[in-house]
Amino acid sequence: MTASPGTPVPNDIGHRTSDIGPLSALATTHRLATKSSLWLAFAFFALVIPLSYGAGVIDITTLNQFGRYLCIALVALGLDLIWGYTGILSLCQMMFFTLGGYCMGMHLAMKGPLQGDGIPLALYVVSSQVSGMTLPWFWMPFDSVWLSILLVFVVPGGFAYLYGWLAFRSRVRGVYFSIITQATTVAATQVFRLNDLQLCGTNGLTNFVTLFGFPLNENSTKVGLYLASVAALAVGFLACKWLVTSRAGRVLIAIRDSESRLRFAGYQPVAYKTFAFAVAAVLGAVGGMLYTPQNGIITPFKMNPEESIYIVAMVALGGRGTLTGAILGSLIFSFSYSWLSTKFADWWLIILGSLFVFVILVMPDGLVGAWRRLGLWLTARSQRAPAEPVTAKETSP
Amino acid sequence: MTSKPVTAQIKHETLYPPNKLDLVQVENVVVQFDGFKALDITYFGIDRNELRVVVGPNGAGKTTLCDVISGKTRVASGRVVFDDVDITWRRETDIAGLGVGRKFQTPTVFESLTVYENMELALPRRWKVWQNLWGTESKEQREHIHHLLERVHLYEVRDLPAKSLSHGQRQWLEISMLMVSKPKLLLVDEPAAGLTDKETALTAELLNELKGSHTIMVIEHDMEFVRQLGSRVTVLCEGKVLADGPLDKVQTDPKVIEAYLGRGKERK
Repeated sequence: MTASPGTPVPNDIGHRTSDIGPLSALATTHRLATKSSLWLAFAFFALVIPLSYGAGVIDITTLNQFGRYLCIALVALGLDLIWGYTGILSLCQMMFFTLGGYCMGMHLAMKGPLQGDGIPLALYVVSSQVSGMTLPWFWMPFDSVWLSILLVFVVPGGFAYLYGWLAFRSRVRGVYFSIITQATTVAATQVFRLNDLQLCGTNGLTNFVTLFGFPLNENSTKVGLYLASVAALAVGFLACKWLVTSRAGRVLIAIRDSESRLRFAGYQPVAYKTFAFAVAAVLGAVGGMLYTPQNGIITPFKMNPEESIYIVAMVALGGRGTLTGAILGSLIFSFSYSWLSTKFADWWLIILGSLFVFVILVMPDGLVGAWRRLGLWLTARSQRAPAEPVTAKETSP
Repeated sequence: MTSKPVTAQIKHETLYPPNKLDLVQVENVVVQFDGFKALDITYFGIDRNELRVVVGPNGAGKTTLCDVISGKTRVASGRVVFDDVDITWRRETDIAGLGVGRKFQTPTVFESLTVYENMELALPRRWKVWQNLWGTESKEQREHIHHLLERVHLYEVRDLPAKSLSHGQRQWLEISMLMVSKPKLLLVDEPAAGLTDKETALTAELLNELKGSHTIMVIEHDMEFVRQLGSRVTVLCEGKVLADGPLDKVQTDPKVIEAYLGRGKERK
């Protein structure tokens, strides 16, 4: 169909060469940039950032900030799987993040300052019982760090699996599913705010001191947590990439395209949707698990509906159904959020909102989608230009 | 092929004697849409390895019959048996799992997936999540897909997303998907709709190749296409079986002529 770059070009194009040169060079640059972008991004986060911290170019606060943003990127990655690929808009991804964060936070609180009969300080201060208080039974497993990490997977993952199965089995779809997920996250916030739940109420979990015996206020621990976040995001990305390129990934896309048709082909969409929803929840929970020790506190307000909507904005900004777009979008969003809110304290929300609307209007398929289209355009132009007389003849009827 | 004596009789029951050996048996089925009887069939059956064409004017219930067999529409009364299993109340996925494959009236393919990926998803008996996380299609399956795609002139575009296909190409892709999924029964709803004469001829050729070794039910408007299939024809009209037999016979049936002409729906 189209000429490959290696195809010999006719000689009668002498005067055009100057036009073609830059275009094909751009196309090649685009291709190389796309190919190397993942390695470059990984090298940037895994090497450049820690080394610049070591060299004193950035301080520990900045490094810590990067670490937290990478945790948020994991949530966006999960949403891209369920929304970008499967076509199910979930508005409760930050609830799974917070659940993961609470699992880790409970462990950290238990390793922090204790009051009375081994009660974590954060729990003690909100308790109505003055004396004779014992540790609630559901805090017990969080004494072990490994059990806590296991529960980070099991609690949000299991909840998402059950929740998804019930919703999808009843054929709750489209905007109805979005609405019930949003209602769920609102309800969860309300429940977690209750002091009687014995999860520290609105104060949230705090007073974190050590993790795996490493003091959290030490810079080396912070670097370690940062590197763990880089590793988690890299593993999460590879796992998602593997999933979406498998046959199961193509079934997810088929669900997005035409779920009812898939049933007549013998597939059970409920199983696939539930699976994707649980995987997305676990990705979010792992993000929350790593975020909590880096942030120093986890409160029910992380479940507020707007937090999950930010994640949707991140994925839309970067480009749905691309995985890389979810990560890129979330990092851009997080940084502009922090930068704008410090620079323009009164106006930042309006500026951020306008920027978001502008980007979505100009690039409906997000930054990565626009980048891909640019690549297609450059390739098409740089290949068509030399063969123009021939194609003109071919296309004319 | 069955050789049931078909004579122009008045009563539907005697026109169409029930046969317990048929692969599909639709018995006393009534389908109602807001009180309107879309389907009212005493007996409709397809023998094993038979190619049956169902014709009829618009609104005769042809697609509804397809919907009833594939589980898309529920019956008000009656029963549907497939391969000795009562499927009247089974879910679509289960019915597909039992071996009922279907092509829809408007070709429905997965738009974002490539032509090849559409075919790959149609491969039979790999429907569970865990089966699809690992592994891929076998060499034979890949060759089979390539062979089918070559037959329908889609091999060249196998890596393009299905949304870039023309109407005719979509028809063929969906027919090929049906063929690769190796169902026991193929429900083919209007495979020639919107195709050129040349494309129609190829579609007829594909179906004729399957004839004799597959059980197929074809719904069609186009009489020329029906003629090319050269098979037993069932005429539906207003939800009822009106006539049954070879095409020449049903075309000269006064009741059929009246059903078509009376409604001004005579085609070809």
